[in-house]
Amino acid sequence: MNITSQTTAEGATRLLVEGEFGIYHATDIRQRLIEDVRAHPVLELDLSHVSEMDTAGFQLLAMAKRESQRLGSDLRIVGHSTAVREVIEFFNMVAFFGDPLVIPAGEPG
Amino acid sequence: MDEVLNVFSVEAREQLEAMESGLMQLEQGDRDPETINAVFRAAHTIKGGAGVVEIHSVEKFTHVLENVLDRLRNGEIEVSGEMISALLLGCDHIGVLLDLVAGGQMEADADTARAGADISEQLKPFLGQRKAEAGKLTEAESDVQREDSAAAVNDCWHISLRFGRNVLKNGMDPLAFLRYLLNLGEIANMATLTDALPDADEMDPELCYLGFEISFRSHASKAAIERVFDFCRDDCELHILPPNSKVEEFLGLIEALPEETMRLGEILVKSGALTREELDTGLKRQSTAKVGADGTAPLPPLGNILIQQNSVQPEIVEAAAAKQKTVSEKKAAEASLIRIHADKLDQLIDLVGELVIAGASANLLAKKSGEATLVEATSVLSRLVESIRDSALQLRMVQIGETFNRFHRVARDVSKELNKEIELVINGAETELDKSVVEKIGDPLMHLVRNAMDHGIESAAVRAAAGKPVRGRVELNAFHDSGSIVIEVVDDGGGLNKDRIQAKAIEKGVIQAGETLSDQEVVNLIFEPGFSTVEKVTNLSGRGVGMDVVRKNITALRGSVDVRTEPSAGSRFTIRLPLTLAIIDGFLTGVGKASYVIPLDMVIECIELADTSANRDYINLRGEVLPFVRLRELFEVSGERPTRENVVVVQYAGQKAGIVVDQLLGEFQTVIKPLGTLFRNMRGIGGSTILGSGEVALILDVQALVSRSAMAEEQKARATQGGRLLEAHGA
Repeated sequence: MNITSQTTAEGATRLLVEGEFGIYHATDIRQRLIEDVRAHPVLELDLSHVSEMDTAGFQLLAMAKRESQRLGSDLRIVGHSTAVREVIEFFNMVAFFGDPLVIPAGEPG
Repeated sequence: MDEVLNVFSVEAREQLEAMESGLMQLEQGDRDPETINAVFRAAHTIKGGAGVVEIHSVEKFTHVLENVLDRLRNGEIEVSGEMISALLLGCDHIGVLLDLVAGGQMEADADTARAGADISEQLKPFLGQRKAEAGKLTEAESDVQREDSAAAVNDCWHISLRFGRNVLKNGMDPLAFLRYLLNLGEIANMATLTDALPDADEMDPELCYLGFEISFRSHASKAAIERVFDFCRDDCELHILPPNSKVEEFLGLIEALPEETMRLGEILVKSGALTREELDTGLKRQSTAKVGADGTAPLPPLGNILIQQNSVQPEIVEAAAAKQKTVSEKKAAEASLIRIHADKLDQLIDLVGELVIAGASANLLAKKSGEATLVEATSVLSRLVESIRDSALQLRMVQIGETFNRFHRVARDVSKELNKEIELVINGAETELDKSVVEKIGDPLMHLVRNAMDHGIESAAVRAAAGKPVRGRVELNAFHDSGSIVIEVVDDGGGLNKDRIQAKAIEKGVIQAGETLSDQEVVNLIFEPGFSTVEKVTNLSGRGVGMDVVRKNITALRGSVDVRTEPSAGSRFTIRLPLTLAIIDGFLTGVGKASYVIPLDMVIECIELADTSANRDYINLRGEVLPFVRLRELFEVSGERPTRENVVVVQYAGQKAGIVVDQLLGEFQTVIKPLGTLFRNMRGIGGSTILGSGEVALILDVQALVSRSAMAEEQKARATQGGRLLEAHGA
């Protein structure tokens, strides 16, 4: 798991997460998400390079979303890998996150 | 082997038997879907059980069979001879694996594993590629169902799930359990509850805070759904409501769950489990009722509230109650069968035996005392003891059909192997006999049946030439006959060849050349040790176990075996066995100071021996010649003959004989105590028993006595015949 931070053309901060998004890195991910959600009024999460996501990972996303709602800031997920999309869809939480899900071409809907 | 394994092993064997008989029915052209289902269920049960007790060799192997059967069940493949053969081999293999387990070996050794792999290979053509496709299909379906979840909602299970905090730390992922749920059906709607998630600062990322409300469409049972969550059962709160659950059950669920009532209500409405109206009115009535309860009126049950407001029709409640009742009655019927360890039964029989002896002693003392009330009390007591004895013995009685049914498989395999067409006919399968006898009769019977098929039934060509039906016929009959059970193995084959038997007997030195024997004696030579008439040793019989072993096994059960044969018409082997090995009704007689017991079932009548002067050993019984034995002479009892002697007329296997005794002492319940090995070779005595007075009485072996007197008669007849010949020669 690796999280790198970059600034987009619009000036927002974007976190690029690569690798496993789950229980083994839960403490690190939590720390990073809380810090960045609190530091930036607009935070973008690029999860398109997440290889695996489990319940713990999903819970962390939910926590980050709730924290941003509490602070009135904006947390967007801008890229979903198949693993991430499957988990969010399975839990029926697409509406909770409110992000447009981009379905990559070539995969069955 | 521990208790669980033991239970599994017994049940698995029962299921195996069911599978086998189902498969044979299929082979014989039975296409009833219920038969196929029964076979499938049996395989499935074995697999499931093996999984639970973690015998993976059995589980894995049975899985292959199950897949084939599943396809068969779904009509994807047709029944074929090859397939049934392969499946039967599979059954055998499971039996082998179970034997290994019984021997404490949980995994198959290399040879067995290879044999299993071979059978799996044989089954492969019937497996097809369906498995992978099926997996994909269900997934696709679930997607579709999720979108139009509003359509049919009431046919769904409702599952409420709150995972425990430590579930992640224990190395389990709720996601995996929920995904596994898809194997049982489709998730029509799922609401993920993050309400328990604390604020960011307090959240421990390694604890689980999630809860789920799931509408689940499935035909699985509640137990099956619960089983999905078996591994995290202790860690989570699980509520499952069946399809079409009543409103109050949902309300009960809402109360039981930690979240706020209204929030849960919304979720249930959204998932379609309840309509908004049902929810609102139900909740309202409930809260008013609670307020009322603060006063004097007792709180009306929720069911009543709903009936009062017509949310639920009274008939529905009644119907539900009736249904519950039938379910519980059915459970009770199931529970009426109990598995008992055979040792416990034996112990009970032993105790009853002691009770009978003690009762007899009390009876005797009462009679001696001459007190009428005491005599009456003891006679009531002994009647009760008799009933107890009968019911205790009844416990051990089993039908012989189970043993017989095993031979269907034998008949099938033998006909295939020998390329003969053989039909097995079973009569009297419901005849009952003692369990210990059933267990011991299996091997001798197997030998006789195999012999009949192998040596008895001729090849199809020979049969056709003799003008017989090509299809050979072997009959297994069982019936009761004067206190014994008779089992017959009958074949319509060529019969025993007496000349060959005699030649062979001379060759083997069993008899001397020139010895004259009656036909019956010749035939009975096959039971002599070291006798086998067939030159070619086949795979089936001739495994070094001869007919002598068969006879030994049967006489060890106090039984006898006999054969009648007719050239080119077939042979009939008749086994006679005592009904029970433990307690019998006896007839007590006295000779001098000793007492002897004759099994009452064999006694026909008692008469006075009128003429004691003539020193002959037969009497004229209503125009019939009745040979008799004098016990006084046979057992060399000392003392003078009394002036009046009595003859007890007994019958065994159609032959009558008389037993001459001094006194007739009447009926007596007899607990059979085996004689020690020292007396094993003694003829004429079957066992001993203890009288009420504490004295020992011997139980007569009527069979031996009858055949002895019959033989003496025959010898005498021959001697006279020989004498006449001599006279003729001399003249």
